[in-house]
Amino acid sequence: MNFDFSDDQKQLRDEARRFLAKECPPERVRAVLTDATKTHDDALWKAVVAQGWLGAAIPEEFGGLGLGHLELCCIAEELGRALAPIPFASTVYFFAEAILVAGTDAQKQKYLPKIAAGDIVGAFATSERPGPVSAATVSAKVEGGKLTGTKLPVTDGDIAGAAIVLANENGAPALFIVDLTGPGVSRETLATLDPSRNAAKLVFSGATAERLGPAGEGLDLMHRIFDRAAVLLAFEQVGGADRCLEMAKDYALNRFAFGRPIASYQAIKHKLAEIYVKNELARSNSYYGAWALNTDAAELPIAASGARVAACDAYWFAAKESIQTHGGMGFTFETDCHLFYRRSKQLALVAGAPRVWKERLIAHIERSNAA
Amino acid sequence: MDFNDTPDEAAYRTKVRGWLEANAPKGAQGRSLGDEDEGDLAASKAWQKKKAEAGYAQITWPREWGGGGGTQIQRVIFSQEEARVGASLGGPFAIGLGMCIPTVMATADEETKKRFIGPAVRGEEIWCQLFSEPSGGSDVAAIRTRAVKDGDEWVINGQKIWTSGAHYADYGIVLVRTDPDAVKHKGLTMFWIDMKSPGVVARPIHQMSGASGFNEVFFTDVRIKDSQRLGKLHDGWNVSIITLMNERASVGGGGGSAGGGSLSVMRLARDVLGAGGEAAAKDPALREKIADWYIQSEGLRFTGMRSLTALSKGQMPGPEASITKLVMANVAQDLASQAVELEDQFGIIQEDGVSPAKAAFQHSLMNSPGMRIAGGTDEILKNIIAERVLGLPGDIRVDKNVPFKDLPVGR
Repeated sequence: MNFDFSDDQKQLRDEARRFLAKECPPERVRAVLTDATKTHDDALWKAVVAQGWLGAAIPEEFGGLGLGHLELCCIAEELGRALAPIPFASTVYFFAEAILVAGTDAQKQKYLPKIAAGDIVGAFATSERPGPVSAATVSAKVEGGKLTGTKLPVTDGDIAGAAIVLANENGAPALFIVDLTGPGVSRETLATLDPSRNAAKLVFSGATAERLGPAGEGLDLMHRIFDRAAVLLAFEQVGGADRCLEMAKDYALNRFAFGRPIASYQAIKHKLAEIYVKNELARSNSYYGAWALNTDAAELPIAASGARVAACDAYWFAAKESIQTHGGMGFTFETDCHLFYRRSKQLALVAGAPRVWKERLIAHIERSNAA
Repeated sequence: MDFNDTPDEAAYRTKVRGWLEANAPKGAQGRSLGDEDEGDLAASKAWQKKKAEAGYAQITWPREWGGGGGTQIQRVIFSQEEARVGASLGGPFAIGLGMCIPTVMATADEETKKRFIGPAVRGEEIWCQLFSEPSGGSDVAAIRTRAVKDGDEWVINGQKIWTSGAHYADYGIVLVRTDPDAVKHKGLTMFWIDMKSPGVVARPIHQMSGASGFNEVFFTDVRIKDSQRLGKLHDGWNVSIITLMNERASVGGGGGSAGGGSLSVMRLARDVLGAGGEAAAKDPALREKIADWYIQSEGLRFTGMRSLTALSKGQMPGPEASITKLVMANVAQDLASQAVELEDQFGIIQEDGVSPAKAAFQHSLMNSPGMRIAGGTDEILKNIIAERVLGLPGDIRVDKNVPFKDLPVGR
């Protein structure tokens, strides 16, 4: 039994934590959050690129470090803990994973080295209207290699050089790689719950689109990419949830009411214990997801769903109860609680809501039991 | 990251499998603690003796005390393999070998150790732990059972409760009050006791579920020798901490099937119609609930694997295992309640031959309140996580500097 990260992987995580503590303190997150003209922290992005993290799971032949997904999980946990306001998830968990899973050799040669080098930001564009994405919600279409339609929200859509877009071709959904710097693309910044992460509305009017993966299998492929992203996002969520618990604990130990620290009241102690329980359940489920992702196991859909459901639940609970523990201070803009509260919802929605993942989890279990 | 044995672990597993194949009782059935009949006890004792002879009874204990001189991960591997062949019959010895004998080992003289350790390891003598009282469950130090010195002897009067296996135990360790004028934690002393001593009466407790897995134990003028004392006079609280530390040190086999009981609800839901007339298994609200139970159960299973990983590397498991019982008991109760409601009017019935799943959900509904209390209530477990894992302050204590006899008492 070796259900843990290796010493090297833990060392990478510790290095990432030290690096981000220095390069990404909460003030840097706030700077992006409060400045409507800022889409991300470009200096941090360049520093992260220089660390080589974007290519952690990209094979060396395509310009990456060729480490693996366990290493990427370690980095993700720290990015989540630091609320890094950079297009890492869009570029690495979604765009790069999509190319790795479904790209032709030429597509891999074209995009992966650029991603690893930080020369391109990627985005993943599937949503068009409220509610979960399904065949019924896709209106965007590709005819003769040209894309028309509208996608929103597209996280990092303002700054991405390319997006993978879900659109119909000959009446069936497929995924397409679209150069966002070419003609036929217009972008409009959207106000969001979490302005530390940019999102845009993308309008396509005859943009050049190159199919990624087989025709007619866009939804299956989208779910496969969501599964992979879900595991990596779960580590960001676990990192954020743990940070919420630490903040709530530190505050409760130093805040006195009725002559004693509020951390000595059972109402607070039990609340923090409940956060701890959910965080550990999320961490353990995420470890299973990491194993399944790293080994390309047949269990990945179930493992990813479990990791996502548990991580969404834990982060939301930790973020809202951290505010509650901070009392009135928690509701102020100056206190950092709301940064995590915002990010917990952003992460819970960016790969589809937990309700939908619960249904997917059960459907996969039914299928695996039937098989 | 993988789920494989190391080469050493694999070799050990192979050896254990071979031995179990040749020696394990066939068709044995372990029962929940306290529910054993005489046949079950005889089978357990026979199996324990065989294991002891082969060094598998207390794998991590030194050989000089009848153990196997092995590692924690070997202990876990053996218990996994033992469960696999359906030979997990060690229940009656768990408290004795897990808590009582380690306390004897830590506190008794050589002669006492020589007298008791061997027979306990070989399953010849069964031990019980007599701490809880009607006046002290979560607050163990609030016990009122008195021991009064009479020459070289002590005379014990009082009552213990929730004692597993007291009705068949040969010996027990008992925590009693020896100085009511001292503050609560300072006036306690630990003794070992022969459960067949005159004046000791064990009576089964009739649980709300209808079963009787525990006992009340009454002490009326029970005379014991001062040489039966474990540890120093009035130092029983510190001795009891040794006992309870040993309870916490044991980590389970990380076994159990994927998803725990959540999948049994799904099986039920396939056979039952929901409110809309379709199979209940299609009800989105129920599917969400099942997903919630599933990830909690799986979270515990994988948390167990994290603890095993630490053992495999020769390290102590982290504090993550402290969440296990808290989560498991609450999932069990919620799941049972929802499953019974799924059966609608039929859910009222609790008959093994009539109710779906042999009435497992009805039985669990009636058992789960006890799970949330036994071995630390939900509330105590949250205190433990808050104080020992997160490092939050202990409660403000109003009973610290007051002689025990002056503390206010309720009913």
